[in-house]
Amino acid sequence: MQLRSRHLLGLEGMTAEEITLILDTAESFREIIERPIKKVPTLRGITVLNLFYEPSTRTRISFELAEKRLSADTISFTTAASSVKKGETLKDTVRNIEAMKIDMVVVRHSSSGVPHFLTQCVASNIINAGDGAHEHPTQGLLDMFTIRRKYKKLDGLRVVLVGDIKHSRVVRSNIWGLKAMGASVALCGPSTLIPFDSEQFGVELFTDMNKAIEGADVVNIMRIQLERQQAGMFPSQREYTNLFGMTRERLALLNKNYTIMHPGPMNRGVEITNEVADSESSVILEQVTNGQAIRMAVLYLLSGKKEEEV
Amino acid sequence: MTKEKIETVLDERGIARAVTRISHEIIEKNLGAESIVLIGIYSRGADIARRIASTIREIERIDVPVGLMDINLYRDDVHSKLDQPVIQRTEILFDVVDRNVILVDDVLYTGRTIRAALDQIIDFGRPRSIQLAVLIDRGHRELPIRPDYVGKNIPTSKDDRVLVRLKEKDNDEGVIVVKSGMNRPVPKKIKLSGSRKKGGR
Repeated sequence: MQLRSRHLLGLEGMTAEEITLILDTAESFREIIERPIKKVPTLRGITVLNLFYEPSTRTRISFELAEKRLSADTISFTTAASSVKKGETLKDTVRNIEAMKIDMVVVRHSSSGVPHFLTQCVASNIINAGDGAHEHPTQGLLDMFTIRRKYKKLDGLRVVLVGDIKHSRVVRSNIWGLKAMGASVALCGPSTLIPFDSEQFGVELFTDMNKAIEGADVVNIMRIQLERQQAGMFPSQREYTNLFGMTRERLALLNKNYTIMHPGPMNRGVEITNEVADSESSVILEQVTNGQAIRMAVLYLLSGKKEEEV
Repeated sequence: MTKEKIETVLDERGIARAVTRISHEIIEKNLGAESIVLIGIYSRGADIARRIASTIREIERIDVPVGLMDINLYRDDVHSKLDQPVIQRTEILFDVVDRNVILVDDVLYTGRTIRAALDQIIDFGRPRSIQLAVLIDRGHRELPIRPDYVGKNIPTSKDDRVLVRLKEKDNDEGVIVVKSGMNRPVPKKIKLSGSRKKGGR
């Protein structure tokens, strides 16, 4: 069993077998990060470029650590201290860096489709670390990995994604992945933040939080992107918290043995209360640890795939 | 078209005797079983390690810790193969520091697997010693590695396949050598000339 593509651009179109391979591989890497020496020599000689055109803490550190734990050489690139400020185009930047002989590129960009564009410019393996509102596949994978570790399965579970559906790449990756694995998915948020064509995903849509989360196994809470609040997508944070915030009272509506997730960074007191974020059923920090294992698995599985083989 | 000659080199009782003898040798060499831990290489090495552990328990009445190791992440040919091998779990739930580690595998061949396993064990800590136990030694080493305990030495050609079948994974039990020399098209001229020596007329 192998991945069909030599890039990871998104979870759309991925089969259950491919996702299972990544999750199973990550299970082995999860053990490595618990060892006294958290390092294996697997990617020795492979050079990875982390190309972050957008701010990120978790994802960038997680990828960097995953690369180092596999003994790859890494370069991290942030736009602030680069020639991007002098007006160099994305394509030129990447081609110039690739001329220094790199093998893989991890890219985060505010525009959807940038990772796909890069596959046409350079020969390296491209891994999408979040592109615009399109996808964030490693986040989707680590969410599924976290759920699967707890319930030992994904099919038949009811997962509710709450919050800013419209701008969230995490939501999209979760939908594609969870649907492929046979979970039932529901979306919930203010109607201004749910795209009108969401039905095409084959998911349930709710604007009433209490109805949405009734009987749910997993509630994955998306960050309210406060920087977008200027656009007037919802009247006030206070109202948002009342209608869609994950509060202790709402926990009673969930299935027994429920799980609360959040991809971070959290706006405590807005989409999630402190009580819920720090409760026992919250796996938010577990998600972060698992993220490393998932990224190691993806780097490992893609690293061998050269251009001519595909 | 291809003729494969199958030869059984070790049957169920043969494997049992080899495991018993190796267990005794391990205890003898290490002056008991107190300092010993066993690490089996995935997958059949782990099964043999468990059998050695239960034999040692019968002899010495000591439970020897058994670990399981996947060495694929330490291979030297990860990037030269087309497909990445599927990674299995490594489970070493004990400390190897200052222990006598007995590394167990089913077939010893080029020695590259053992090199990878040695590197991985040392990443877990500094053992007092690492010793190697194998059920079959088929020769053709490509690295300076030798076993401390051998079930059976089998002379093979590089094209032969040695298959170890154990009840834990397979339905039957035994060690089979598939002589597949016939798979290769034999240059007819040389065969017909009757000359066996290289360079001979």
